Amino acid sequence: MTQPSRISMLETMMLIRAHEERLAGNAGSSPGTCTAVGQEAAAVGVVAALQPRDRILTNHRSAGHLLARGADPGRLMAEVMGRADGYCKGKSGSLHVSAKELGVVLTSTIVGGELSLAPGVALAQKMSATVPNEGTEPGGITAVFFGDGAACEGIFHESINLAVTWQLPVLYVCENNQWQAFVRRDETMPHEQVRPWAASHGLQAVAVDGNDVEAVHAAALAAAEFVRSTGTPYFLELITYRTRGHYEPDDQAYVDKDELARWKARDPIALQRDRLLAAGELAPGELAHLQQRVADTVAAAFAFAQASPWPDARELLTDVYA
Amino acid sequence: MQTITVNDAVGQALAEEMRRDARVLTFGEGVATNRRELLAEFGAQRVRNTPLAEGIIAGAAAGAAAMGLRPVIDLLYAPFLTLSMDAIMNSAGKLRYLSGGQFEFPMVVLARTGAGWTVGGQHNHNLEAMFVHSPGLKVVMPHSTADYKGLLKSAIRDPNPVLFFMDMTVGYTPGPVPEGEQLVPLGQAAVLRAGADVTLVSYSKSVTTCLAAADQLAARGVDPEVIDLRTLKPLDEATILRSVRKTGRLIVVHEAAAPCGVGAEVAAIVSEKAFAALKAPVRRITGPDVPAPSSWMLEQAALPQADGIARAALELVGAAAVPA
Repeated sequence: MTQPSRISMLETMMLIRAHEERLAGNAGSSPGTCTAVGQEAAAVGVVAALQPRDRILTNHRSAGHLLARGADPGRLMAEVMGRADGYCKGKSGSLHVSAKELGVVLTSTIVGGELSLAPGVALAQKMSATVPNEGTEPGGITAVFFGDGAACEGIFHESINLAVTWQLPVLYVCENNQWQAFVRRDETMPHEQVRPWAASHGLQAVAVDGNDVEAVHAAALAAAEFVRSTGTPYFLELITYRTRGHYEPDDQAYVDKDELARWKARDPIALQRDRLLAAGELAPGELAHLQQRVADTVAAAFAFAQASPWPDARELLTDVYA
Repeated sequence: MQTITVNDAVGQALAEEMRRDARVLTFGEGVATNRRELLAEFGAQRVRNTPLAEGIIAGAAAGAAAMGLRPVIDLLYAPFLTLSMDAIMNSAGKLRYLSGGQFEFPMVVLARTGAGWTVGGQHNHNLEAMFVHSPGLKVVMPHSTADYKGLLKSAIRDPNPVLFFMDMTVGYTPGPVPEGEQLVPLGQAAVLRAGADVTLVSYSKSVTTCLAAADQLAARGVDPEVIDLRTLKPLDEATILRSVRKTGRLIVVHEAAAPCGVGAEVAAIVSEKAFAALKAPVRRITGPDVPAPSSWMLEQAALPQADGIARAALELVGAAAVPA
């Protein structure tokens, strides 16, 4: 598998940012959208380390994981806006977007829901050598994205304990973004990091700077290789920060201004951009070109979504039962 | 015809379906310990013990089902289902719909309930109606030994999540079960006794009580019809309505409490669709709206009784005889 270039990782982060800010700006027609602005390096660095046969479980802040996996921005925006051309025919909205064709399966908006489902997906992967199933491929691993909030759910421990005792190929990716809905992480748990909890289950548990896409990518490559070669789980924690509110709209009146400013100064996109500019790998003209391309993509996606029809009213009663 | 216990009927259904389809696997609290014959035949990959952690048992089942496996999980006792609600209701029940039909959840959840073992309200809770009220799920609650086997086989083959409630007291009760492959379709009630005067609708072990009440009524010259619903969702409305249009009188009997229960649903359907046929008000005879007691005397007092059902039926028949 070819590894993404340093520039392509920058461009994907820029696309995710522009996509989410377009939707956030559109809050009047898609309220409740939960963004992961500020966490783009986590999505891009990890997803770039996965293979097509791997499966991804994500959560309510899923746009980054989906776009990094190659989701069509127009279909994703159409989904968030409840339109028929969305990945889930408009039935998900922003909160539970799955795209089976991309291997992004079973997105749950219940915090911790993704953790409860991940071991079963990995069990199917593990058994696929002897029991073929339509949803997985031999040699694949399951990457499950969740946050420090989900780690405070009991299911976090149940999930890891089962993956460890059943030896399941799960890559646990904790985006520790310092916020659990409207509550600061340090009000809800004793440690700065989730890692000690995972390690207590006998799991290899590593924490890295979640705002440095290259550090994330290197750690994720090693983690995915470990899970694939051993068939056992691994815990990767990405220390980052949610720079927008819990959902849209949210005035963030509860956020410490100095803290927010400190994290914005470590913006993952700016970090990678400046790194490449300083190294001479990205010329200012190329950067302007990337910015224009991203802006055009998002504008086209938004236009596509707006032009997409509402679902037929008969869709209300379909897809309940197989 | 063979005579086997309910436990053996369930074991036969599991073994036959696992033999038929390699995607069927079973796990839960003591499954590999208690079903050693399955472990011996199908191996540790497909027959698994789990931690006593209902949330992840159900979650793992939902995740595996969505990928194409067909898990049957055993959560032991129905109140433990409350610890698995997210996986069952929010994931297995809703993610097919919310994903626009991208996934199926062919999984079966086994749970025991019912009065008779004096285990109290945290092991005995007839909470089946909670799942009937939740979209995307099917709910099965058999009465006869043959149905335990035939309905479980159908549940395992169904592409949707099925809650399969078993009465904990009938596990060791022998009953007739046909030899060989016999499927009982989901969503079809059984008319166990045909009659003209009053319809008794029930499910699970309350059916036994209704049949006893029917014998009492027959001795009094009243001709009751007894319907075993077998599946609570989808509900066999046609069989209920056909019967009530014939008898004009309806009593619904279940161990579960009355508020928003299956009896309320059946009564509402009949009042909406067969009101003109009713000769008397619909009656519900249910367990009380209290936690299941542990004392044997109190537990028995909570159960619908044949005498009470027969008395209610006689009242309905008598009431109908009063000239308008």
